Amino acid sequence: MTTAAWMEALLAAPLAGAVIALISGRRAAALVGVVTAFATAAASIALAFAVSRSGVLRYAVGGWGRPLGIDLYVDGLAAVMVAITGVVGACISVCAAGYFAPKPTHADLPSDKHDRAWLYWPLWLMLWGGMNALYLSADLFNIYVTQELIGLSGIGLIALAGGSAISAALRYLLLALAGSLLYIVGVELLYAGYATLDLQQLRDRIDANPSTFAAAALMTAGLLAKSALFPLHFWLPPAHGHAPVPVSAALSALVIKTGFYLVVRLWLHVLPGLAWAHLATLLGVLGAAAVFWGGVQALMQERLKMMVAYSTVAQVGYLFMLFPVASVPEALPGALLLAASHAAAKAALFMCAGSVLAVYGHDRIRSINGIGTRMPLTAVAFALSGISLIGLPPSGGFAGKWLLISAAFAAGAWWWAAIIVLGGLLSAVYLLRALAFAFLEPPIAGFGRAPWGMEATSLVLAFIAVGLNFAARPLSELLNAGAG
Amino acid sequence: MTGAWIPLAAVGTPLLTGIVIFLLADWRVALRTALNLSGAFVKLVLVAVMLRGVANGYDYSVRVAIVPGLDIVLITDALALLFLTLSAGLWALTTIYAVGYLENAPHRSRFFGFFSLCIVATTGIALAGNLFTLFVFYEILTLVTYPLVIHRGTREALAAGRVYLRYTLAGGAVLLFAVAWSHALAGPHDFVAGGYLRELGTDQRLSLTLLFGALIAGFGVKAALFPLHGWLPAAMVAPAPVSALLHAVAVVKAGAFAIIRVVYDVFGVEFAEALGVLGPLAVLSAFTILYGSLRALAQDELKKRLAYSTVSQVSYIVLGVAVLGPLSTIGALVHLVNQGLMKITLFLSAGNLAETLGVHHVHEMNGVGRRMPLTMAAFTIGALGMIGVPPTAGFVTKIYLGTGAAEAGQWWVIVILAASSLLNACYFLPILYSAWFQPQTAPWPHEHGTGFDAKATLLVPVLFSAAFALGVGLFADTPVSPLEWAKLISQREFGYAR
Repeated sequence: MTTAAWMEALLAAPLAGAVIALISGRRAAALVGVVTAFATAAASIALAFAVSRSGVLRYAVGGWGRPLGIDLYVDGLAAVMVAITGVVGACISVCAAGYFAPKPTHADLPSDKHDRAWLYWPLWLMLWGGMNALYLSADLFNIYVTQELIGLSGIGLIALAGGSAISAALRYLLLALAGSLLYIVGVELLYAGYATLDLQQLRDRIDANPSTFAAAALMTAGLLAKSALFPLHFWLPPAHGHAPVPVSAALSALVIKTGFYLVVRLWLHVLPGLAWAHLATLLGVLGAAAVFWGGVQALMQERLKMMVAYSTVAQVGYLFMLFPVASVPEALPGALLLAASHAAAKAALFMCAGSVLAVYGHDRIRSINGIGTRMPLTAVAFALSGISLIGLPPSGGFAGKWLLISAAFAAGAWWWAAIIVLGGLLSAVYLLRALAFAFLEPPIAGFGRAPWGMEATSLVLAFIAVGLNFAARPLSELLNAGAG
Repeated sequence: MTGAWIPLAAVGTPLLTGIVIFLLADWRVALRTALNLSGAFVKLVLVAVMLRGVANGYDYSVRVAIVPGLDIVLITDALALLFLTLSAGLWALTTIYAVGYLENAPHRSRFFGFFSLCIVATTGIALAGNLFTLFVFYEILTLVTYPLVIHRGTREALAAGRVYLRYTLAGGAVLLFAVAWSHALAGPHDFVAGGYLRELGTDQRLSLTLLFGALIAGFGVKAALFPLHGWLPAAMVAPAPVSALLHAVAVVKAGAFAIIRVVYDVFGVEFAEALGVLGPLAVLSAFTILYGSLRALAQDELKKRLAYSTVSQVSYIVLGVAVLGPLSTIGALVHLVNQGLMKITLFLSAGNLAETLGVHHVHEMNGVGRRMPLTMAAFTIGALGMIGVPPTAGFVTKIYLGTGAAEAGQWWVIVILAASSLLNACYFLPILYSAWFQPQTAPWPHEHGTGFDAKATLLVPVLFSAAFALGVGLFADTPVSPLEWAKLISQREFGYAR
């Protein structure tokens, strides 16, 4: 199959799957969901191979072409993001199949709400389809639509947990709306100036006038809110901390990255002509602040799941430290590798927290003595994903940080390197604090069982996070093969 | 290059052993022991093959690209083999000991799994062919030793583990920064005899001096250089085989070995001298030698006393590195092996005392020589070696370090060596005196069994390591001794004619 066919499949499969899951109802939704997930994941990987073989592709769906039809566009960057979403998405689906299976065995999903649990599947597939569409869209308005799709299905997913998650979902809704508003105002400004929203046409036509800059700034602000960059992160911990485990995993691992991706796309590909050194520095400074603020907050959390959520705030910060050093070739692969390993490791950590929650009925860090003995799989998954998040070798987190640090030195800006290193130490403090309790003897007795598949999936994801240590080379090659 | 699989196999053997052991149930003692011993044996054979090859000028280097321009490199120069042989040999001994020591203890699969992974990391450090590879394995060593430090799972062990991580992770962070910095200055570069940073010249004196400081600070944590030594006494809460192999040999030696690499193969010893960084390093290590000995004097807990003694002894290596000249270099290299043999003997003997009689403190040791004569004989050999009494291993070290210092005209080093020997005598001889010449004054704290000395699995490794510690001194002049190998390194790689 060609690149174009894979792109169509990546949009059609999850959206069709969502509809079928909705129609087939409670009984078969999970089956439809898992089958669709694996099909979509396979298509994601196939797309990456196709792009690395035959390069960038622009494709008009149905042959309509611009300005009327919907155009799709894939380059190395988009292919990488789709592949990350595909692999981690498949793992999350397996975990969800156990988590949302009939007979609730988990504490944070009250049984009276349980009859709605199957709605997870249409919502999740819609979210996934939205993310694929966002990565593959060729114009800013379509990207707006996909963001709305992602936002709405995300809110539905958070609300599945009921209880305190409802208010978190509402907060997320407000934030998503505000972010979208800023974004669409920026898009309108650009349209007023250049009469096109096509990424490539904009790139060719753009010139550095104040209105362009204002438009870009508005869009960026909206996107920063969605990617929860400090100080716009306040909505994230409650939303990700209270959602059902597979939802937290998807939001923290994948959805956050869409905002980051769009900022990269906007500034590095569409507007590289603008003089934006100050803005790049600002993004880097916010990233650095996020690393420290998120780290300190994570350290102060009493609950495992909240700690993991705050860790996302910190990890997003590293990604944005790409921008001040983006002129160095290894910076982008470094940031993407960090994004990929964070996706795998963070999903794994949420599942670990979920398993602990299911077995002990709570996830208070101070009372998880001896889970290393009771739940060795979870403990190993926790340790491995922690290694990757800290950025210790061998792991994807290490390789990504190494590339970013090298880029910082190459750009003559060693202070970014120092911040990345210190941030790693901070994450070591909070992750190992939690992990140490897991080794404490004597182990406390558990009284539940983790949903099937959750422990195993977290382990698989943790191994992926560690294995990404060796992904730097293929990733750079893919980016180069499909350089937009 | 044919034979490149051999270094890979040397890393892979303990890795495979470790992974399989992790998957075994705790009660599969026989299978686990068989795996452990065959892993250790295969490793020894591989090392022997490489030793022979390298002595004949063979090179087994292997290179794997991680990103374009950044490689994981394994090399087998004579220096790499020195450290590798030490770790492979002592792995075998300590494994046997640990099987006996941990009989019926919980979490044995976890213990032996991580124990094997430690050997993977140590092997990687020994064979590392560039700073990046060295750093990667150095960090892995931190990760896989942590579970062994907290193995007992008590709050005390966890607290010690926290101290351990605080030091090692902070050191690792400094290193990460320093290694990336060195790449920014000179690009990724393999280790070269004579150093590769000297090409930069002394124009960049400030940044090169800072880089040297950062590298020494990072590696100095594991080498327990003052003031980065605090983790070592705390880590003594770990089981005896861990203290013996890791804290006496693998971990601290990894630090010392890395410092040797930095001085000789990254900066080059002449260039480091020209930068003026060797003097401060010598002073720091000399201070650590005296400080460690003084602290050791004040310890009543036997393992703590040995730990501070390690702090002191490892700095002999750094001191030998920091003093220019072939003789002190040979002294440093040979002490890498000698200190390992002597200290492992001491720690394993201390483990025997604790396991057989429940003796943990120096004041409980009155008359213990009569109760456990073989263990205490081994302990005596180790202790006399530490003091530097001929013909033990420690004597060889001190002779070379001393004459090297005289040759370099650094007489103050000899004063330090003499003072240190005196202090060593002050904290070891009273132990020997009360063990051999004092009558037993109190019942043993926790006597297990009434047999002669310790049980065989504990006793045999101790006797072997004691025999080695004595042998490398007695037979220092034979062609198979570590001393000869150190001379080979100094000739072949550091370009000293002698």
